[in-house]
Amino acid sequence: MTEHKWSLTSSTRESRIFATLAIVAVLLLIAAPWLVSRGLIRDLFQIMTLLVLAQCWNLLAGYAGLISVGQQAFVGIGAYVFFSFAVFMPIPPALAILAAGIVAAGIGVAAASFTFRLQGAYFAVGTWVVAEVVQLTLAKQSVLGGGSGMSLPREFRETMPGFGILREMGFSKSAAIDVIAYWMVLLLCVVTILVIYRFMRTPAGLGLGAVRDNVIAARSVGVNATRLKWLVYLGCNFITGIAGALIFMQKQRVSPDTAFSVIDWSAFVIFVVVIGGIGTIEGPIIGVLIFYLLQSFLADLGPIYLIILGALGIVSILVAPSGIWGLISSRTGIVLFPIRHNLKKLG
Amino acid sequence: MALLELQQVNKAFGAVVVAKDVSFAIEDGSAVGIIGPNGAGKSTLFNLITGNLSASSGKVHFGGEDVTGRSAMHRCHLGIGRSFQVPQPFEKLTVLENLLVANCFGAEAAYYDPDTCADILEQTELLDKANLPAGSLSLLDRKRLELSRAMATRPRLLLLDEIAGGLTDAECKSLIETIRSLHASGVTIIWIEHVLHALTAVVDRLLVLNFGEIIGDGTPTDVMASREVQEIYLGIEA
Repeated sequence: MTEHKWSLTSSTRESRIFATLAIVAVLLLIAAPWLVSRGLIRDLFQIMTLLVLAQCWNLLAGYAGLISVGQQAFVGIGAYVFFSFAVFMPIPPALAILAAGIVAAGIGVAAASFTFRLQGAYFAVGTWVVAEVVQLTLAKQSVLGGGSGMSLPREFRETMPGFGILREMGFSKSAAIDVIAYWMVLLLCVVTILVIYRFMRTPAGLGLGAVRDNVIAARSVGVNATRLKWLVYLGCNFITGIAGALIFMQKQRVSPDTAFSVIDWSAFVIFVVVIGGIGTIEGPIIGVLIFYLLQSFLADLGPIYLIILGALGIVSILVAPSGIWGLISSRTGIVLFPIRHNLKKLG
Repeated sequence: MALLELQQVNKAFGAVVVAKDVSFAIEDGSAVGIIGPNGAGKSTLFNLITGNLSASSGKVHFGGEDVTGRSAMHRCHLGIGRSFQVPQPFEKLTVLENLLVANCFGAEAAYYDPDTCADILEQTELLDKANLPAGSLSLLDRKRLELSRAMATRPRLLLLDEIAGGLTDAECKSLIETIRSLHASGVTIIWIEHVLHALTAVVDRLLVLNFGEIIGDGTPTDVMASREVQEIYLGIEA
């Protein structure tokens, strides 16, 4: 065995401080239902669902080169699978949520057998077509409520994990659902970010970084770009399906128009990733906070709000193509999720 | 034994023929140079060998196996490494990470070896830039990175595409040393280069390409002395 002369390091001082702060933040978020108003819990729920979707889209578009504008297909499928179990075959809600993810990933495989033949803009259009087809098909099913959708049965609500305990602690029935959905999405959000972060530090994650930067060169040094794309696509659709189940569990109602909304589940998500900084884990986090602030101040303006968002997105692409986080990190060198492999001499 | 063999390889883009009935064999452990005027199809030939382009007709054998229908990724796993004429770094990855990717996936290893990659960077004089993003490198360093990354895949056959252009005399000398020691360690080399003195310092055989056809093949001295090569390649009137 030869002596090692070099080692690899990743973490920086900022990243260690950030990790500590992040743990504190997560603990505060867990306790939030006792600390803040129900309105803010709902806002936090919305922020975190958007963050989960944005992390997934970032992985798809920012790393794997899969620019999908049809992720609403998997939000909707997840929601409908969850509601179908709730209405027709009440199983424990946690299992129904898991099933939502699995079915979304499964239908993703079928969709990919068509869309993966397309490149670039054609792929984007293809994913949207798939989403429309799924939406129109579901809207025709009278057993699923047709165009008006379904409501979450009351008895099923009460089988939610922790429902009884929260009721005893004085939460109203619908507040209890809010809190349960909030904790679940908090768990999903933390797990999603941690999994992506851990994955990016594996050799496969490094290979994905190579695919992001230059797919031809990546293949030429032996990276199986196709396999990585499939892996990312499957994983993201699984998580997106789960997110869909949780989003509509909290709303307690689902309809084709809301579940397959291209504005809510693709346009806003793309905005968040682009303005925050595509191709980084930090970007979507910054992006979702900016999006939330804009929404709080501008949502009353109606259509003008959407025009402002679109204009900001365009300005961001022209002025700062790597997003707000790209500007911050290139000026300061700060990294919150260190995934670099820095060479360090031993001894 | 021939490590690489091309049999009647043809490639055309529409009416433009870029490789015409190309046949040759490269012995295991040899070092071969390819010369020819701009647009002669040298880089295309590399792309046909590496699988970045697929041949319109003909066969490519590597290590006794027919790889004609194999992807660039698979050919890399079999041991064909390459540098691109126009450098194609992974810009947001660091210099070291560029090599780690190649080291890990190129030879289908389960993991990468930082020591190997650092050694390569030391040889190619990039070690002090190991932790910089590859996108921040100058053109010269990007060319060095091309060579380093190809070396990190642990190739049996290394294809080098114009890596000596623009180097100072001292830099060129050290590049020649690097390639010589690679060759000495058993790696077969095919090198496209306009810097002839660098090329002839390493190779023992020259192929001359013009309009997609092989028009000369032999020792460097014989090839450079041939009238046809002087006319076509060096532009000397007959």
